Amino acid sequence: MTRINVMVDGVSYVDDVEPRTLLVHYLREKLGKTGTLVGCDTSNCGACTVHLDGRSVKSCSVLAVQVDGSEITTIEGLARDGVLHPMQQAFHDNHALQCGFCTPGMIMQAIDLLGDNPDPDDHAVREGLEGNLCRCTGYQNIVRAVLDAAKKMQPGAHSDTAQQPSTVAGGGN
Amino acid sequence: MIPSAFEYVAPTTVEEAVQALAEAGEDAKVLGGGQSLVPVLRLRLAAPTAIIDLSRISELRGVREDGDAIVIGAMTTHHDVLNDPLVAQHAELLAAATRTVGDPQIRHRGTFGGALVHADPAGDLLAPAVAMDAEMVIAGPDGRRTVPASEFFTTLFTTAVGADEVLVEIRVPKKTGWGAHYEKFNRVAQAWSIVAVAATVRTEGGSIAEARVALTNMGATPIRATAVEEALVGQQAGAESIRAAAQHAAEGTSPMSDGNADADYREHLARVLTGRAVATAAGVGG
Amino acid sequence: MTATAEPTAAEFGKARKRKEDARLITGRTRYTDNMSLPGMLHMAVVRSPLAAATITAINTEPAKKLPGVLGVYTAADLDAEGIGLPCAWPITPDMKSPQAPPLATSTVHFAGEGVAVVVARDAASAEDASEAVEVDYDELDPVLDMEAALADGATLVHPDLETNRNALWVFDSGEAGSGSSFDEARSAAESDGVVVKRRFRQQRLIPAFMEPRSCVVDPTGEQLTMWSATQVPHILKTMAALTLGLPEHKIRVIAPDVGGGFGGKLQVTPEEVLALLVARKLNKPVKWTETRSESLLSAHHGRDQIQDITVAAKKDGTVTGLKVELLADMGAYLRLVTPGIPILGAFMYPAIYKIPAYHFACTNVFTNKTPTDAYRGAGRPEATFAIERMMDELAAELGVEPLEIRERNWIKHEEFPYTTVATLTYDSGNYEAATAKARELFDYDGLRAEQRRRRESGDPVQLGIGISTFTEMCGLAPSRVLGSLSYGAGGWEHASIRMLPTGKVEVVTGVSPHGQGHETAWSQIVADQLGVGFDDVEVLHGDTQISHKGLDTYGSRSLAVGGIAVVKAVDKVIEKARKIAAHMLEASEDDIEFEHGKFSVKGTDQGTTIQDIALAVFAAHDLPDGVEPSLDSDATYDPENFSYPHGTHLCAAEVDTETGWVKIRDYVCVDDVGTVVNPLIVDGQVHGGLAQGIAQALFEEAVYDEGGTLTTGTLADYLVPSAADLPHFTTGRTETPATSNPLGVKGVGEAGTIASTPAVVNAIVDAVRHEGINDIEMPCSPQRVWRAVHAARGEAKSTSQHTTETAAGGGLGSMDAQSADNADTAGGAR
Repeated sequence: MTRINVMVDGVSYVDDVEPRTLLVHYLREKLGKTGTLVGCDTSNCGACTVHLDGRSVKSCSVLAVQVDGSEITTIEGLARDGVLHPMQQAFHDNHALQCGFCTPGMIMQAIDLLGDNPDPDDHAVREGLEGNLCRCTGYQNIVRAVLDAAKKMQPGAHSDTAQQPSTVAGGGN
Repeated sequence: MIPSAFEYVAPTTVEEAVQALAEAGEDAKVLGGGQSLVPVLRLRLAAPTAIIDLSRISELRGVREDGDAIVIGAMTTHHDVLNDPLVAQHAELLAAATRTVGDPQIRHRGTFGGALVHADPAGDLLAPAVAMDAEMVIAGPDGRRTVPASEFFTTLFTTAVGADEVLVEIRVPKKTGWGAHYEKFNRVAQAWSIVAVAATVRTEGGSIAEARVALTNMGATPIRATAVEEALVGQQAGAESIRAAAQHAAEGTSPMSDGNADADYREHLARVLTGRAVATAAGVGG
Repeated sequence: MTATAEPTAAEFGKARKRKEDARLITGRTRYTDNMSLPGMLHMAVVRSPLAAATITAINTEPAKKLPGVLGVYTAADLDAEGIGLPCAWPITPDMKSPQAPPLATSTVHFAGEGVAVVVARDAASAEDASEAVEVDYDELDPVLDMEAALADGATLVHPDLETNRNALWVFDSGEAGSGSSFDEARSAAESDGVVVKRRFRQQRLIPAFMEPRSCVVDPTGEQLTMWSATQVPHILKTMAALTLGLPEHKIRVIAPDVGGGFGGKLQVTPEEVLALLVARKLNKPVKWTETRSESLLSAHHGRDQIQDITVAAKKDGTVTGLKVELLADMGAYLRLVTPGIPILGAFMYPAIYKIPAYHFACTNVFTNKTPTDAYRGAGRPEATFAIERMMDELAAELGVEPLEIRERNWIKHEEFPYTTVATLTYDSGNYEAATAKARELFDYDGLRAEQRRRRESGDPVQLGIGISTFTEMCGLAPSRVLGSLSYGAGGWEHASIRMLPTGKVEVVTGVSPHGQGHETAWSQIVADQLGVGFDDVEVLHGDTQISHKGLDTYGSRSLAVGGIAVVKAVDKVIEKARKIAAHMLEASEDDIEFEHGKFSVKGTDQGTTIQDIALAVFAAHDLPDGVEPSLDSDATYDPENFSYPHGTHLCAAEVDTETGWVKIRDYVCVDDVGTVVNPLIVDGQVHGGLAQGIAQALFEEAVYDEGGTLTTGTLADYLVPSAADLPHFTTGRTETPATSNPLGVKGVGEAGTIASTPAVVNAIVDAVRHEGINDIEMPCSPQRVWRAVHAARGEAKSTSQHTTETAAGGGLGSMDAQSADNADTAGGAR
């Protein structure tokens, strides 16, 4: 067991974890953050996408021990005081989800995408979501939602979405 | 799926990492960005007894300038490579190829050095490293040594990095002002390259003065298309001459057959894609 | 009385945002794997790596000794050797049916079949222990090729059946009296017309729903409760009772949030049965959640047919006869409706066309592969693909414009209702209108002109236009028809309405949504029919204790059958309320009018609302004599006919003849799904259906090697397209109401999938037809397309086409072939 200190959705946790525990399993099983889902075992589907120190990662390909000292935002940490994040709202407004299983990862990645490119076109949105699979929507309304959110989130999209200060400069993690 | 149990070590210096590797023995694995290794562990295709995680070693991250080369720390993420001004200025080919690696999340975690040491012949950063004559700096119990890219990739998933060594940094000779293109051919965006071509050229007065071309997944290791390079140099940068030179692309390759492509198709693709890659790199339309 | 929302007159047709979304976009989901119960144990399945083998020994001792392990069981340990997983569709009286145990007993019949289960305190320990179970096999020759399986002296998948032929199912219009003889039509066409014959391959597909399957069984309560990621909680409950001999009233099945199904969760799985057995044995809650690779390997697959199609026609393009001969791969066992899947297509080959003679024969074949069963469209995509590809082939043969040849043969809008040669009666449709609209949205003439220009200039990138004018039968199904097909159940659906004292409404539905949006659409229906507010309606489903009766969700049946049951139940509420309204208003029942939730006395301003009546009924102080104090009603609706959505899909594809790369440039579809309840949901269903149909045309295929190992066993190898791989879709609609139900609805769940695959392949073939190409096998991978062009041009090959498969780089699956020690000796990558 290895001790980790981690901030998840604004709450600080200290836990002992087995080195082999994946971040997604730590979030789901230890913290009860079952909003983040596991859809594959090869990091293709992206359902487990969370923000680690302000950047989207697939939490199935990160070990929990690796996030010691980090800050994590999951789908459950987006809405504030009951107000949906604009991306969540856009997914609802544009019928960008059906079964909902890809949705948490898709929303987290979509937010990251707009952080990098606040004014993407259809092509850029599709490329930015290439690591997230959806089997229900054919992606059309997801793309529509992201473009809609982009419009509504300007200006200052990045500061609005990355809850934690980015520590990416100098190499990320 | 859940990996088999292992010991976890997170050294903070290269020396500590080498020491940890020595102590952990031969069933240890080095963890870079983890974007291939963690899925491999999950699928239990590997069950190391110990994982040496390099992510806490700050000296392994970042890009710096060193004379006629830029030096990229092995643990620099793809995302940081892509956003680095030195890379943009001096190694456009590397940026172009890095843009096609994995997906955004993977580029946030995955590292340049990790991709090179993983040495998947379908990996997108091997061919650019070879094309640009990069040099790999490797640390081991006896200190550091430098291996040229041409000797670094020994066979499938195998490099010059020994079991007791770690890759520290990659020296990439500057190709300032060179045109570059990475032409990737795969079935879906998430799929690995069936074939890809890394090309970077320097043009002078409408002629190709220098050319570097290397191929992804045309053999067990990345292959420098020297016959194409030779055929290009001194030619007018035109569609016809480039296409003619590209006909040499499959020479010396030994592509494999798999569910996506048979060897002869890969050879054909190598020729077509080389023509396209060089044309784009040289700014030739059509 | 609490405030109730103002009823809106027209919920029908309104693009209501979904009620379901709130929990799904915030992570407050209830997928089965999110569930955790006190003392819950975790089950893992040990699976055979071999396609065909005799089990000579299973040593569970090493696994039992590992920490956290509570039990390791073989079929014998669970007394499961005599259990047979259910198949509810014996398509012929002499159908051959192997026993399908939940765990292999002495022989394994496909790679991925379970041979033992492990139960442990946590999932990691279960996985560790499953690796420690030692199984010795004697490998047998696997049967992998359908035609070889039918040859004399073939190795048998199930030697006790004495054949690999599961069944032969035949329909002949001459014999049925619904048309003439195909043989005569062919003879006539041979002498004065044209006969076109083609062989198509429907590759094996994997449903690949995003939520891996999962179930939790809690045996500790009064009822045995099972949560499962299933499309069919009601069927699962009854089948669990029948399969295991459990009292049905002691079982409760709950389908909580379910992450997609597409037919893939229309099943009673070995793992559900095993979890039941293990939980009862240990008397502890047990969870099983599959990994993605387990899902791809062992959850049922779809399609996998060889289609031999013959069309006879006059020289003017009038089709005179159609013959369909199928080989359909069952895989190793018959699952819930495996043998009936190709038969669901039998009725659809004549499609929208007036074909006088039709012969259909389907031979079902056992192989040592994962069992097949329903996958989105189930039988109907195969039929639509074949006929729409053939219409293009016939057009090419005769030199007729492919849209024209369709028009020459299709049923005109004034000819409905129309009884086809396959005995179905299409109630309504307007193929002309849908096609005209699609043409306009597509710029058909402009694209044809561009195609000509590219041909003339010898552009290496050629343009093709693909057409699919399709119909399908959905709204499964009239029970009498199912009975005539020997299906093991009916096709009715149930709904009930509960009027709450405060005027709010609970709707209980027997269908079981897993992404479709029934909570929203049913709320709209009830709001309109009952005159209450959209937000005052709660839709309950998926728990057999709440929704006690139902036949669940598949076959685009939810709205056309389940939705109508809701309407019928609402009608009963209104009739009950009318009596009470008359009493309250001191008027004759005949003088009571009902509109928008208000009961009023004809010709007066006297009235009362459904909410007021609900409260009065709750109090029950003053009800007419003999009237029960309840407005609650239920209805079970059995449709009289299928419904027949149709539409015209047009695809423009660019084919790079130098590389074989296919790019879909434009995709236009105009679907007629009858009356639309919620256009947002309808469009969403069409988009998703298109993606899956296009994926069959271009990307997806479950591939087995010559040893019977699935080589596409991860999402790195089985190519589910991402957003970057799919085009934007232009969707349009015509609305020709169904006449077979009071809402005029038809169903939309499968239309996109059914229609799109042939549109794409027709476009690809059209792009290169001038090279002399008339088919490319699916998926139309770049290599296949390039090879077709290459072969047509007679270009020499530099090396042999089919060299022995060796692993090239890329994909985690390929790593399997490498020494694991070589993989990633240092540094994570990508």
